[in-house]
Amino acid sequence: MLLKKKELDKSLKNFTINFGPQHPAAHGVLRLILELDGEVVERADPHIGLLHRGTEKLIEYKTYLQALPYFDRLDYVSMMCQEHTYSLAVEKLLQVKIPKRAQYIRVLFAEITRILNHLLAVGCHAMDVGAMTPFLWSFEEREKLMEFYERVSGARMHSAYIRPGGVTSDLPAGFLDDVYVFIDQFDSRLDEIEEMLSGNRIWKERLVDIGVVSAKKATEWGFSGVMLRGSGLPWDLRKSNPYEIYDELNFSVPVGNSGDCYDRYLIRIEEMRQSLDILKQVTQNIVSGSIKSSNYAINPPSRVEMKTSMEAMIHHFKFYTEGTIVPSGETYTATEAPKGEFGVYLVSNNTEKPFRCKIKAPGFGHLQALDTMSKGHMIADVVTIIGTQDIVFGEVDR
Amino acid sequence: MKIENIKILNKIAPFLLYQDSLKENILIVSHDKLWFTVQILKLHIGLQYNLLSCISGVDFLDKTYRFSVVYDLLSLTYNSRIRVKTFINEITPVKSIIDIFINANWWEREVWDLYGVYFDNHPDLRRILTDYGFEGHPMRKDFPLSGFVELRYDSSKKRIVVEPIELSQEHRLFSFENSW
Repeated sequence: MLLKKKELDKSLKNFTINFGPQHPAAHGVLRLILELDGEVVERADPHIGLLHRGTEKLIEYKTYLQALPYFDRLDYVSMMCQEHTYSLAVEKLLQVKIPKRAQYIRVLFAEITRILNHLLAVGCHAMDVGAMTPFLWSFEEREKLMEFYERVSGARMHSAYIRPGGVTSDLPAGFLDDVYVFIDQFDSRLDEIEEMLSGNRIWKERLVDIGVVSAKKATEWGFSGVMLRGSGLPWDLRKSNPYEIYDELNFSVPVGNSGDCYDRYLIRIEEMRQSLDILKQVTQNIVSGSIKSSNYAINPPSRVEMKTSMEAMIHHFKFYTEGTIVPSGETYTATEAPKGEFGVYLVSNNTEKPFRCKIKAPGFGHLQALDTMSKGHMIADVVTIIGTQDIVFGEVDR
Repeated sequence: MKIENIKILNKIAPFLLYQDSLKENILIVSHDKLWFTVQILKLHIGLQYNLLSCISGVDFLDKTYRFSVVYDLLSLTYNSRIRVKTFINEITPVKSIIDIFINANWWEREVWDLYGVYFDNHPDLRRILTDYGFEGHPMRKDFPLSGFVELRYDSSKKRIVVEPIELSQEHRLFSFENSW
């Protein structure tokens, strides 16, 4: 008996696996539904929202100062950069200027945070791909940097140090000398990591020509930061819209040319070296002065003043109970966070609480493109691509 | 955006309202002209806003046109940002700009999930940040901060159960506006 051909045709369905929320290489909580044809990825559908904490809703019920620690916890590997963006947004609405020393200190910590983030990005990316050692070396360097965070604010990670109006307290004595000691030895640490990875045949085979993004696709997908620069577009918010004292500093921005994962890795290493250069300039040129603006409506007075002067006591009381009244307006302020363009869209309505605070996280836009970037690659390459996009779920899910 | 470019826009799209607060360019447009406006902003040679940064929703509870959908665009060639706002009520859909900016996909899903603003022509409008069986649109101002349900693991049923919320103390909102 002959079987007719149409009875033999079966409908095929792709093999779907769950690159589940609990996975050591999923960079947090990422539920990735992968449709596979053998080992090759046909479609990748990221399910996010497993770390959604309702940050934006909570911020609407808090005063501007109470809302600040939420920003630390968004991208929990580069903490002060988010605080910085929020403080810039609030200062723009208040239309205040902060003193020069406060700007220098903010840039100092922004660059320390950039090094912190890239160390984790490169270290964890290497560990996901298979190289275990750079992870341990980079985390040792992160410990040294978190010691700086702790010296200045009391907390190793979530410092709530950069506030609208300036910074909380001045740098302790001897701080800049220790920063200089760190800068001195960090170059050779970076050389060690590069020696392990950059020339390595296995590393190159795993990273070159994986996740290639052309410049046109990068703008279409709304990339920012290292993802754009890897594809050849020399776009850096520190150069195009300089904020704080970035227009007075002398640094260069590395740009890749082929848009693959290897280029982005090299850009991150080079950005760390450039950040080191900026740190040197800041430690040499820092000015003395006050570190908060003198407007007592937006900063509390110092404790000595508060205990002696009646007006200062009243300002202190009003500030810590009611908070700052911010005039009506809206602003979208974005800074060059280590992962990309971190933006805060803040709407105020002349009260002490923000009316709406929308957080634009760079990881959200990058993760969208995971589907197109990983089409035609194999499962192991999906891990490489997630690592190169530098995804941290605190900011993606908020 | 320079002064000459505003004049270009006024010639092509006289229905726009331009405001400039805090040196930021803001355009207010009605929801049926939005798609057309974003198309011009992207393609016109003097404007070239070719990168979509963010789409957000804002809830003004007391207005008739309750929701505001805000699009933030960036021009890499001219180094300029622009914000496009529309105001809509709960039942009017907005045409999705996914065929102009492909990365509008997740941003529009988020506004749908958190506010309930429906986007026409969106290929895949489903929830993105809330839990899988969640009901309601949490970022609306009439949705309470604590929500309506709470989840717990029931060891007798051996699964997670959803129950109405029980708070021992009501949420206290301190407002200092009129203290006397």
